[in-house]
Amino acid sequence: MATTDAGLASDAHDKPGHGHSDHGHGDHDHDHPSYLAHHFDTPEQQFDSGKLGMWLFLVTEVLFFSGMFCAYAIFRSWRPEVFEGCSQFLNTKLGAINTGVLLFSSFTMAWGVRCAQKEQHKLLTVMLATTLSCATVFLGVKAIEYSHKWHLGLLPAGLFSYDPANLHPEGGPNYLAWICAPFIAITIGVAIWLVVSFLRGAKFQFECAKPLFVVCLFFFVGVGLGTILESGADKEHSSHDTVAVSDAHGSEPGEGHAAVEGHDSHADAVASTDAEPATDHSTDLALIERLASDSTNTGLKADLEARKMQSELASGGIVYDVVDDTSATVAHAEDNVLRPSRAGVFFSIYYCMTGIHAIHILAGIGVMVWLLVRSVRKDFNHNYFGPVDYVGLYWHIVDMIWIYLFPLMYLIR
Amino acid sequence: MSAHENAREGYDFAHPLPLPLLAGTFVVLTMLTILTVAQASFEFGSIDVLIVMVIATVKAILVGAIFMHLAWDKPFNIICFIGSFVFVGLFIMFTLFDSRATVKDDIPILDDGIVTASAEK
Repeated sequence: MATTDAGLASDAHDKPGHGHSDHGHGDHDHDHPSYLAHHFDTPEQQFDSGKLGMWLFLVTEVLFFSGMFCAYAIFRSWRPEVFEGCSQFLNTKLGAINTGVLLFSSFTMAWGVRCAQKEQHKLLTVMLATTLSCATVFLGVKAIEYSHKWHLGLLPAGLFSYDPANLHPEGGPNYLAWICAPFIAITIGVAIWLVVSFLRGAKFQFECAKPLFVVCLFFFVGVGLGTILESGADKEHSSHDTVAVSDAHGSEPGEGHAAVEGHDSHADAVASTDAEPATDHSTDLALIERLASDSTNTGLKADLEARKMQSELASGGIVYDVVDDTSATVAHAEDNVLRPSRAGVFFSIYYCMTGIHAIHILAGIGVMVWLLVRSVRKDFNHNYFGPVDYVGLYWHIVDMIWIYLFPLMYLIR
Repeated sequence: MSAHENAREGYDFAHPLPLPLLAGTFVVLTMLTILTVAQASFEFGSIDVLIVMVIATVKAILVGAIFMHLAWDKPFNIICFIGSFVFVGLFIMFTLFDSRATVKDDIPILDDGIVTASAEK
């Protein structure tokens, strides 16, 4: 680390117009450029300190998200079939588009850092505006995803009210409108700002408002994109459903998910017990289990239950009395996946993880607007690009978290 | 930047990454995303999660090394960041061990409305 001008710099705190680095670097005596905080010796020291701080913050971010990933891992290991079943409700196309959008925004952000380092002020503004636009497209698509699910009643545990027989419950609020409302308000506000600054001839403000207005509009591009993809998916679903309905005794057309998943998970349950090597008579068990999977065969079910418990006891497991009222009913046969207490937990985790990720996107938008204004002001140069770099790091980690979230949530087979 | 400027220590430390490298990284990341989506339509059984996580990790490494300049960063920053993932690994691993060990102590769910369509029959 440079210590050449330590001491000299402290009393030479000059902020004249030549704060830019392109004035003679030869004269060591008085120069402490305006972008260099007085407690730093050199721009590099300033940059490295800021960067270390940013990395430590990112470490806390990683640890913060790890709590949610841990919850995910535990619940998935407990009930893999619930995750498999519920994941089908997430639209892979929307998730994939959002992944692409975020990756592109990461690219433009990295390009922006390069622009700041090379003092390409105009291009930096363009790159920041592009990154911001990607962020709002992401949120627009998310708005469609969330509102669609809320409408269906695919809500967190406790609120979960999905009913395949009644897909379009009347009387719910228009969620999409509520999500869009703040964005519409902001867009109108920015538009007014744009017009006023233009009329008053406030050039700087106009230059800031211009890209920000475009950024606001991109939210609605995202909403449009989401709507198109979601409706496409809906059509696909219903065509699947016509097939599914035939063997899914009497679910309303429109969504055969429930029944299909019911079958799937059942098949899985059978398969998994097949694989369990615990007992000698496991093949025997599997056969009985297959017979018992007919819900009317309550006698066999009870027998199976008893045998299982016996082998559990024999292997030293702690066994609770799981024979309750529901175990002998038709309801228990179809089981799983869409029980509110189970599917709800999946959606709790889904909303928690993607929601907090979306909040991070909002925070990123906030700091990037600040960067955009500063870049219009031409604040950054090849010795002072720290803020762009730090926000870039933050933005990349948000992207990185989505890289893990996307396959873990949307692509469960 | 002229040569004499580089002589000044603590200044002109920026190393802009070449644009083709950034663009190339973006293309590779997009390819890997397509690959992840594509693999989901095949049955790989239990290694499914493993494949997905490996692809995601390759993507994360690319983002970290190139977009976040970790490949050119100070070793201490790299250690901090990698260290956080080590602790995340420990955290999740041990919690999973614990959850596996106690999974049998499950309190049965009683009287829980079921929303499958076939429940009506």
